[in-house]
Amino acid sequence: MKRDYHTYRLWFVILFLTLLSVFVLNISLGSVSIPFSETLNAIIGRPTTTGSWYYIIVNYRLPKALTTILVGGGLAVSGLLMQTLFRNPLAGPFVLGISSGASLGAALLLMGGSLLSGITTIHFVNDVSLAVAASLGSFLVLVVVMIVANRVRDTMTLLIIGLMFGSITAAIVSVLAYFSSAQQLQRFIFWSYGSVGNLSWAQLAILGSIVFIGLMITLASLKSLNAFLLGENYAKSLGVSLKRSRFQIIVATGLLAGVITAFAGPIAFVGLAVPHLTRQLFNTMEHRILVPAVFLYGAMLLLLCDIVAQLPAQAEVLPINAITSIIGAPVVIWLLVRKRKLFF
Amino acid sequence: MSKPQSNISVKNLSIGYAAKTVSDNINFDVAQGELCAIIGVNGIGKSTLLRTLGNLQPLIQGELKIQGTALKDYDHNGLAQKISLVLTEPLASKNLTVLEVIALGRQPYTNWIGSLSHEDKRKVAHSLATLELDEFKLRKCHELSDGQLQRVLIARAMAQDTPLILLDEPTTHLDLYHKVQILKLLKTLVQNHQKSIVFTTHEIDLAIQLCDKILILDNKENSFGQPCELIAQGAFTRLFPNDMVRFDAKTGAFKVNKDPN
Repeated sequence: MKRDYHTYRLWFVILFLTLLSVFVLNISLGSVSIPFSETLNAIIGRPTTTGSWYYIIVNYRLPKALTTILVGGGLAVSGLLMQTLFRNPLAGPFVLGISSGASLGAALLLMGGSLLSGITTIHFVNDVSLAVAASLGSFLVLVVVMIVANRVRDTMTLLIIGLMFGSITAAIVSVLAYFSSAQQLQRFIFWSYGSVGNLSWAQLAILGSIVFIGLMITLASLKSLNAFLLGENYAKSLGVSLKRSRFQIIVATGLLAGVITAFAGPIAFVGLAVPHLTRQLFNTMEHRILVPAVFLYGAMLLLLCDIVAQLPAQAEVLPINAITSIIGAPVVIWLLVRKRKLFF
Repeated sequence: MSKPQSNISVKNLSIGYAAKTVSDNINFDVAQGELCAIIGVNGIGKSTLLRTLGNLQPLIQGELKIQGTALKDYDHNGLAQKISLVLTEPLASKNLTVLEVIALGRQPYTNWIGSLSHEDKRKVAHSLATLELDEFKLRKCHELSDGQLQRVLIARAMAQDTPLILLDEPTTHLDLYHKVQILKLLKTLVQNHQKSIVFTTHEIDLAIQLCDKILILDNKENSFGQPCELIAQGAFTRLFPNDMVRFDAKTGAFKVNKDPN
């Protein structure tokens, strides 16, 4: 057992150092090329030789990198929670339709007004109301999926139901899109590309606090999460209050996936793939190890994806949702082929 | 100790679901150090009874006491320190190691985050040793045979350190050798660790040979007692329709009817 803890500690140190270097690298790269030493200066708060560099780093790149950490880590943790709660290795914010729920919430807010009254509601929409709408949408779908999951024990059926929810929300979104103005549509489409940029420090603070609350609830659920690995009946026989624990886990997942999708748009595959990649490293199911590891791994991976999306020294930024899919889908296929089965 | 303590006592119990009572008028009592089998034909409600005893579903009517206190008067954690379960359902995650599964049995005693104390680790090691699982402890559950997995689940129940262990069909899917192995193991546990063990089974001949008490669920008499008493009463002969098998009181086993009917 001693050896295990040494291995875990080693991997944690490696993950943390990798995250730190990727973080600095992420900040040093961008459409404006800034010397590496100047980047470091700006991060630790010292003035740079050119004032605009300091401005770019402190007001644009730093919040963006921090957002990426929260988004990547938070989505990965929400994926882990869902895989345990649904006893399903393929669960994740995307597969179970939670992200579609968030899209529905966002779409209703951004484009729903025109369907109802013909007035353009877009002027009343700010980022907070967008976040609330998307969170509500994802909560709604999560609760419905949970109710269905209680009736249907079969995991394949559950996944198909999640996909169906995705289709339904996609259909509603396209109906809304059909009736909305070009301006509303554009705003929604940009949201749906996914973006970790554009968050002010104030918005970052909101995102950070809600992710923090989600993580705290996760922390309080660690013991029951481990018990759920045996199955719900066993968990109950171990003294876990099923109702309360399930509720806690759903709230944590909804907060994390909901608020992240609200601020950063739908970002695919991080929630599904990162828990599996982390289990490859740590070779354990223990949530006390997995939750922090999955957060670090998710944050690190999304920072990397963001570097790729950035296209160094180019003005263009690719949609991050596309990058995570291009990287994430092959990873899942590779895991399935190599391991034959995704163990969870 | 004058009379061994009763770990579970059941009076006039009705079990089933809101819409349908599966079985009623169930009475039995299992004391410390006793191994009790629940037998009966398929669909008679053995598993429903076991699930009711284990608080996985509510009882419909009657009295169900664990160590003298009604089951419903226990809180979640209190009950988890009295009853441990071995179920037929597969583990949600087969990727757990043997050690992880057994250590989870200590949850009713651990702190909010579930870290194992010195005492917890000692109990886990003791369960591992008792069920001869030391060499498998770092194996994943999906790498184990059915018999090994069953032993892991029993070790987990044992680590939970409860006076009462309930097992749902612990010998299904096992060959004769491993069936006997598991049942003898249960017998050793009740004798050496002063536990009460109640399990459902289809292995009537083995139950007659090994158990201290048997409950025959037939929805008529629901006879309960020591195997030899039940044989004397002819309780086993009523268990199945007589056209296929008959009970041989001399050998304590069922024989296939060979004469054409």
